[in-house]
Amino acid sequence: MIPEIEELYQEVILDHSRRPRNFGELPDAAVRVHGDNPACGDEIHLAVKFDAGGGLEDIKFTGRGCAISQASASLMTMKLKGKSRADAMGMLRAFHDLVTDDADEAPKILGDLRVMKGVRNFPQRVKCAMLPWRAVEQAFEQGAGEAIVSTEPA
Amino acid sequence: MRGANYDVHKVATAPVNWKAIREDFPILREQAHGHPLIYFDSAASSQKPRVVIEALRNFYEHENANVHRGLHTLSSRATEAYEKARKRVAEYIGAASADEIIFTRGTTESINLVAQAWGGKFIREDDVILLTEMEHHSNLVPWQLLAERTGFRLCFVPVLDDGTLDLEKLPSLLSPEVKLFAFTHISNSLGTINPVAELCEKARAVGALTLVDAAQSVGHLPLDVQALGCDFLAFSGHKMCGPTGIGALYARKEILDLIPPWHGGGEMIVSVALEKSTFKKAPHRFEAGTPNIAGAIGLAAAIDYLDRIGRSAIFEHDSELARYAFDRLNELPGTRVFGPVEERGALVGFVMEAAHPHDLTTFADQYGLALRGGHHCNQPLMRRFGVSGTTRASFYFYNTTEEIDRMIEILHKAARFFS
Repeated sequence: MIPEIEELYQEVILDHSRRPRNFGELPDAAVRVHGDNPACGDEIHLAVKFDAGGGLEDIKFTGRGCAISQASASLMTMKLKGKSRADAMGMLRAFHDLVTDDADEAPKILGDLRVMKGVRNFPQRVKCAMLPWRAVEQAFEQGAGEAIVSTEPA
Repeated sequence: MRGANYDVHKVATAPVNWKAIREDFPILREQAHGHPLIYFDSAASSQKPRVVIEALRNFYEHENANVHRGLHTLSSRATEAYEKARKRVAEYIGAASADEIIFTRGTTESINLVAQAWGGKFIREDDVILLTEMEHHSNLVPWQLLAERTGFRLCFVPVLDDGTLDLEKLPSLLSPEVKLFAFTHISNSLGTINPVAELCEKARAVGALTLVDAAQSVGHLPLDVQALGCDFLAFSGHKMCGPTGIGALYARKEILDLIPPWHGGGEMIVSVALEKSTFKKAPHRFEAGTPNIAGAIGLAAAIDYLDRIGRSAIFEHDSELARYAFDRLNELPGTRVFGPVEERGALVGFVMEAAHPHDLTTFADQYGLALRGGHHCNQPLMRRFGVSGTTRASFYFYNTTEEIDRMIEILHKAARFFS
């Protein structure tokens, strides 16, 4: 097998794409964000519930997409549950650096998310990995109700 | 019979040595990720033979100057070469005269020209423009933009499950309000070959004009606009061995003479005063500014090249590749192949249960195989078939069945890897 492929599609990623965690509806969600990647037609519906301090009490998603976007959403929801807004946004920045930068050392705060670092060898796939993160960012911006986010801003 | 209009330019030629033809394309010697390149994305853009690359080089080294106004030697050479290219395009598609050929940037610009210049003048609020559900965004969005301004209605010929047009619906859709029926010759994601002559005839019977999007057909099969009976035909050079940034619009002369200018500027005027100008006749009226001179000359070189091989032979070879790929893909477990079984253009769209089109194309690329994954500028059609996208393998005469076998091996690997 080809090393770049093995690095991109690590077993953890394939597992999360086949059996995504936190996949499903969140009936009492405060915000629902519809995330769209028009370049490929992939979509993610992210639902979040905030705790009293404005942190993420619960987070779930549905939708369809490639292995990278599905695994990214699955890993992200596991990581972000219970996190404050500041922590979540710090993680978003660290994750963005992870999938775009050449830096050898991935930030420790990312934990399991570091399995996504193979994406950096495939610049066309960065949008796939970032889509769920853009959705969660929008959920914080919006605070309540419904929102739309796209990898190709209109 | 659908194949009927492909014989117009048929000439008896010696059998083509398809393997040797690969030598004409320097890029086919490239490697991708350490593997020999397998280029299966010619429906997006074809590769270029050495004669086309040389024609561009020759122009810049020996003929380059602006056209139509210089009185010096180079300007005369450039003008002559540019107008000769127009004549060559006219011959290639069977137009009655070179005056019916407008050089554009490609299919998209050609269709926008018709929408804005012709449609802007002749389409009224109560009119209908008929399209099909299988149109590329380039034959959909220009009409939507015009409809927003004018308020007319767009109607669509549905696509059947087998990927062909629902022709039984055509009589009821071709109402007297229809002023234009615009449709693709070959679907860029299904491979369907539409019966152009028949569609044009039916449109004509209700007084509607016709526009054919020939982007996927003009480099792949013999085509004669007069035999097809269309009023407009749009195509791109870069999908038929020509350079990027050049294409053409064919428009029947009687119609072209009624269309007002589109872009204003130099080259398209007879005389200009501060308040008012008079314009040249078609086609120059529609070519404001310095045109893509080198592109037109490169396109003519591509046409010469294709005609030397023979488009009937190319069509036969491409169809064989598409049929072979269609059959082999159907052998793959959990794979759905789109489009008609019989009579298809040089491409096959499919989805595999095991892997998303983007994962598949990323995977294939690591083995040197260039596939296309996504919606192929066909979002409404993808929705029609209930998928967000497909993977497409598209072929040209420089591809081989051995390459298709290799694709199948790689897809088997991908299926094992992702499931």
